[in-house]
Amino acid sequence: MSTATHPAQQLELPAANEGQQRNGPPPFESWGRYPTYDAKIIPLHWQSDFPTVIDGLHNGVLPVGMGRSYGDVCLLKDGNLILTTGMNRLIDFDAETGLLTAEAGVTLAQILDFAVPRGYFLPVSPGTKYVTLGGAIANDIHGKNHHVAGTFGRHITQFEVVRSDGSRRICSPGENADLYSATIGGLGLTGLVTWATLRLKPIVSRKIDYEGIQFHGIDEFLDLTDRSKDIEYTVSWVDCTSTGRNFARGVFMQGDHSAKRDSLIASLKPKLVFPFDAPGFALNSLSVSLFNTVFFHKQIHKRVVSLQDYEPFFYPLDKVLHWNRMYGKSGLLQFQYVIPWEHAKEGTIAILHEVAKSGLASFLAVLKAFGDVPSPGMMSFPKPGITLALDFPIKPDQSFPLFRRLADMTLEFGGRLYPAKDAAMTATQFQAFYPQWEHFARYRDPMITSSFWERVTQNL
Amino acid sequence: MSSTPQTTDRQPQVSRKILVLGATSGIAEATCRIWATQGASLFLVARNAERLAAVAADLRTRGASYVDTAVADLDDTDTHPQLLAHAVNSLTGMDVAYLAHGILGDQAESEQDFNAAAQILYTNLIAPISLLTWLANFCVQRRAGVIAVLSSVAGDRGRKSNYVYGSSKAGLSAFLAGLRNRVDREGVTILTIKPGPTRTAMTAAMPKSEKFADVDAVAESIVTAIDKRKDVLYVPFQWQPIMFAIRHIPERVFKKMNL
Repeated sequence: MSTATHPAQQLELPAANEGQQRNGPPPFESWGRYPTYDAKIIPLHWQSDFPTVIDGLHNGVLPVGMGRSYGDVCLLKDGNLILTTGMNRLIDFDAETGLLTAEAGVTLAQILDFAVPRGYFLPVSPGTKYVTLGGAIANDIHGKNHHVAGTFGRHITQFEVVRSDGSRRICSPGENADLYSATIGGLGLTGLVTWATLRLKPIVSRKIDYEGIQFHGIDEFLDLTDRSKDIEYTVSWVDCTSTGRNFARGVFMQGDHSAKRDSLIASLKPKLVFPFDAPGFALNSLSVSLFNTVFFHKQIHKRVVSLQDYEPFFYPLDKVLHWNRMYGKSGLLQFQYVIPWEHAKEGTIAILHEVAKSGLASFLAVLKAFGDVPSPGMMSFPKPGITLALDFPIKPDQSFPLFRRLADMTLEFGGRLYPAKDAAMTATQFQAFYPQWEHFARYRDPMITSSFWERVTQNL
Repeated sequence: MSSTPQTTDRQPQVSRKILVLGATSGIAEATCRIWATQGASLFLVARNAERLAAVAADLRTRGASYVDTAVADLDDTDTHPQLLAHAVNSLTGMDVAYLAHGILGDQAESEQDFNAAAQILYTNLIAPISLLTWLANFCVQRRAGVIAVLSSVAGDRGRKSNYVYGSSKAGLSAFLAGLRNRVDREGVTILTIKPGPTRTAMTAAMPKSEKFADVDAVAESIVTAIDKRKDVLYVPFQWQPIMFAIRHIPERVFKKMNL
């Protein structure tokens, strides 16, 4: 890959956060707060300002939103970040069909504020509502209903891509289908998405009919997965610190939108903000296994049924803004794989063993079975099988070697990792996970790149 | 399934008629979104046609009962009477006028070039005086109405970092105080809004803008202040004691400070 607009290539992963040598915080952080880079922020408030705002820039540009991806897909070292969150207008809504057209910087939280009082909901919800529509498309995000609804991109009927040369294209499955497929899951690299049309789904209540069921081991998890095929939302929290009797214990959480007509008011704004960076010692194997034990036993009974609001069901962590500060200044590393059914069970057991053995703290490990609804994006992450997402506080000597081992294991089991969660996979690993990357690269806008893309497309 | 949203605790008045001057400014747009959700009728004026169309589409989608627009350069005071008459005609009346246009200008440039300073004074003070004169007389005639105007905490005391912008806002605040004194007894409310630094397109390029007030929260306070017919609004409210303190620093001390 060669263009005139490359930023300096990053050949080695920095051992510690470079940000600690900088005066003041970095201008834009990803959610994992690793790595951190200098970049110039270019706020974009109006569709008509692009591409004029990037005239004369030479260090590459990257459209970004809320910075909720964990690693470096939303970073561009010493480049220009087009901050799209000010471009957040609604354009049209059809109350009969639920089709909402909006500018790409609108957040899913803003969409919910608009849609819920009108009896509509997101077709696919990720674990946080603080992501932009453009970011949701660029990472082709998934949610608890992947097994029935597929990825977010499946519910995008059309969008506009503006390239850095000023050309504009409307993309849909029937129009510019190749650019449509490259842009969904295309990590923002194919051009600026200015607006998109999303098909919302009707609801009659904010409430979710919830059921939580404890399980011990992957067999029980698979059994519960099998029995919940007709339930819209399923996800599991799994303890990946315990070994022996408690190995792979967890809570299987499932829910459907309540069919009983009820209040549809918009949500209140969150008030809690994690106020400071936690010191490094706050997270250790003791505090994490304590957390895991409390989480497991918070649900006292084997089975709990309740009617709960959609906010705690879908976005439990959104209650505390900036919860990532809990991981301190050095940040956190996410690891999310999908392993196809053929090796899903043995792969998941092997990886959970490896994580538990390492003793590297990780709470909030999330386990889910993906369904077989095809992903629309050329580079989309989800495919049928089991997905597991974990996070580790960054300890330079231990986290990266463990991560590399886990990534290699994922590859051996025929799986792949999720770029939106990644800060550490090697170019070799990426190119094995996504052999179609060279085909995808043809659709990249020559002015646009990211630190992720520079990292994983290095010549081998 | 209903196509209109359920209302929350605040019950909107029946399709309030609101004229917005400078409708593409960040604070104005955020305020209009709240009014649109309440089902208001809006007449929007701004200079840039493309941006104005984007804002109008957004407000229609959010539930405004009626949205009409006019593209105008408000520095052109000769056109004001015709523009304002057209607006109230289109709205078939006017309950609230909201003046939100203004420029930040370039302090450093204004220190060297009088014309740059004069431009700031013209856009932020002279043009609003023209609009306010017409609007106040319109409201007095009907003995009703609220005129809400975006001034700034920067007008409370001149500081070296932005005293040209500050003096335009100081003049505006003084004009509004006098106007209020005149028209209050006629049943007309004048609201002087003094926002502290707020995250908008106008301030996006300023250092530390991420620490500025959230524009949606500022807009929420403005809507409430208009509903309660307040006289002066500092927003966020912390700016009231802060500016009280700043106004009372003795000049011999103040002149040596870096603010």
